[in-house]
Amino acid sequence: MAAIANNLVTAPTPPIAANATALTVRNLSVFFGDNHVLKNVSLDIAARAVTAIIGPSGCGKSTFLRALNRMHELVPEARMTGEIRLFGDDIYARNVEPVVVRRRVGMVFQKSNPFPTMSITDNVTVGLRLNGLGNRASLAERMEQSLRMAALWDEVKDRLNAPAISLSGGQQQRLCIARALAVQPEVLLMDEPASALDPLATSKIEDLILELKKDYTIVIVTHNMQQAARMSDFTAFLYLGELVEFDVTKKIFTSPAKKQTEDYVTGRFG
Amino acid sequence: MQNEEISRRTMWVPRFQPSAFSLQPFLKMTAPNHNWRKFKNALMQAVTLVCAILVVTPLVLVFYHLVKEGFSSINWAFFTQLPKPVGESGGGMANAIVGTFILLGQAAVLGVPIGVLGGVFLSEYGSSRLNWWIRFAADVLNGVPSITWGMVVYALIVVPMKGFSALAGGIVLGMMMIPLVMRTTEEVLQLVPSGYREAALALGIAKWRAIVQIVVRTALKGIVTGVLLALARVAGETAPLLFTAFGNHFWTHKLTDPIAAMPLQIFAYAISPYDDWHRLAWAGALALLLLVLFINVGVRVLTRDRFQRNV
Repeated sequence: MAAIANNLVTAPTPPIAANATALTVRNLSVFFGDNHVLKNVSLDIAARAVTAIIGPSGCGKSTFLRALNRMHELVPEARMTGEIRLFGDDIYARNVEPVVVRRRVGMVFQKSNPFPTMSITDNVTVGLRLNGLGNRASLAERMEQSLRMAALWDEVKDRLNAPAISLSGGQQQRLCIARALAVQPEVLLMDEPASALDPLATSKIEDLILELKKDYTIVIVTHNMQQAARMSDFTAFLYLGELVEFDVTKKIFTSPAKKQTEDYVTGRFG
Repeated sequence: MQNEEISRRTMWVPRFQPSAFSLQPFLKMTAPNHNWRKFKNALMQAVTLVCAILVVTPLVLVFYHLVKEGFSSINWAFFTQLPKPVGESGGGMANAIVGTFILLGQAAVLGVPIGVLGGVFLSEYGSSRLNWWIRFAADVLNGVPSITWGMVVYALIVVPMKGFSALAGGIVLGMMMIPLVMRTTEEVLQLVPSGYREAALALGIAKWRAIVQIVVRTALKGIVTGVLLALARVAGETAPLLFTAFGNHFWTHKLTDPIAAMPLQIFAYAISPYDDWHRLAWAGALALLLLVLFINVGVRVLTRDRFQRNV
């Protein structure tokens, strides 16, 4: 067991096959106290692809996303049953630290939340610095690399020491993406990353996600049907905590197997 | 129609217009009691202004009186000399000034770490039931009369040590600081949006590191403010020191000796029958007020946001 825990820290990312599975979710149920929020969800999340989670408010989308990096455990009465494997490693195994899981499965939130006391540079490198990783040179290199990946480098390269909160809303969100990328996660979870942004900033984020999926596995929760249709390769439709349908995005939006899915994606309810 | 008009005039309720084709405005734009409403508004504004002025008045009056009575006695000797015996004029309260700083230093050493860490526990850890009791206890402690604190430390420290001491004085002030600092720390930590905690944890940062480097750092300004305000508050405490530090007319280097403190010296001088000592008491009170004032101003200057001017 301890060997598995260590493995989570040190294992080099194996080369990922073209249609490998990043996350295997089996019979996942999540409870908050007596509230049964997610019911027996099973699905496979493909590596280097965008998987969208859609569904009406309160259907458990965010809870599902948070269960993938154990963030739901921040709620005191949360518990789960079932199994989630990240490239084969059980992330809920007894000896696995949630902290390590979250290093491998990063997260971007709906509301951009750069740390207000820190500069742009410090925000990007904070995950490495506070994990005790990297020296000055490697941090600078990783910072530039992350900001470039987040398509923010050109906009901020002349004011890297400016406070992060001096950036615009869309820039702040891309900074949060850069911050998440800097710790080199294998999976990036995004909880409605563009819902608080204007259309231009939204399209920048969407372009960025399409770019990032070449290297990363991305799971995105969205309320925006067009966004899911445009960007994702796979789509999961959740309703009242149950997985109604999970398939290739094109199929979900053109010829869904379930009537409920069709009603939702065509805007008849939800 | 007539009745309706009257009821509208007295009750001022918008009338529901059932007809979609009505050209009548939905809501009248003018109120018949317009002037009366404006008058009430102006009146209440004036009342709040008067109350705001009443809040500031005591500070202005106290400050004015202290400057008037005490300023003439504040001179070089006041800060550098020991008190003179009765009958001799001049002298100062150098030992009391230094003593107050020694007591405050000890109080900070005891009160700040315990208070801040306790506040961190209340805000970031603990169960809601346990925290309710801790909070309740801290609030009760904040309301305990200061002389009671003095008696407690007298029994706990002074009696076993068989004598008044600077140490006992520092401990009593530090104990008074703990609940104050704990509650303000908790409150400012609670003001840090939970999004920052989540962002830190989602980066795989350990919880304690996230608390120290991100949550506490974000709230540092508020924590420092709380600490300094607690120091300013205990700087003027007299009653607990009567039982502990006791006061001293001379210099002392040992924490096991009684030590002078400004509030004690002021108290001793003020109840004396000598005009000379009365003047020194006024001067001491002025100096103490200025110390508290400087702490408060210092709070604002020192904790100015690093980024404030850029944003």
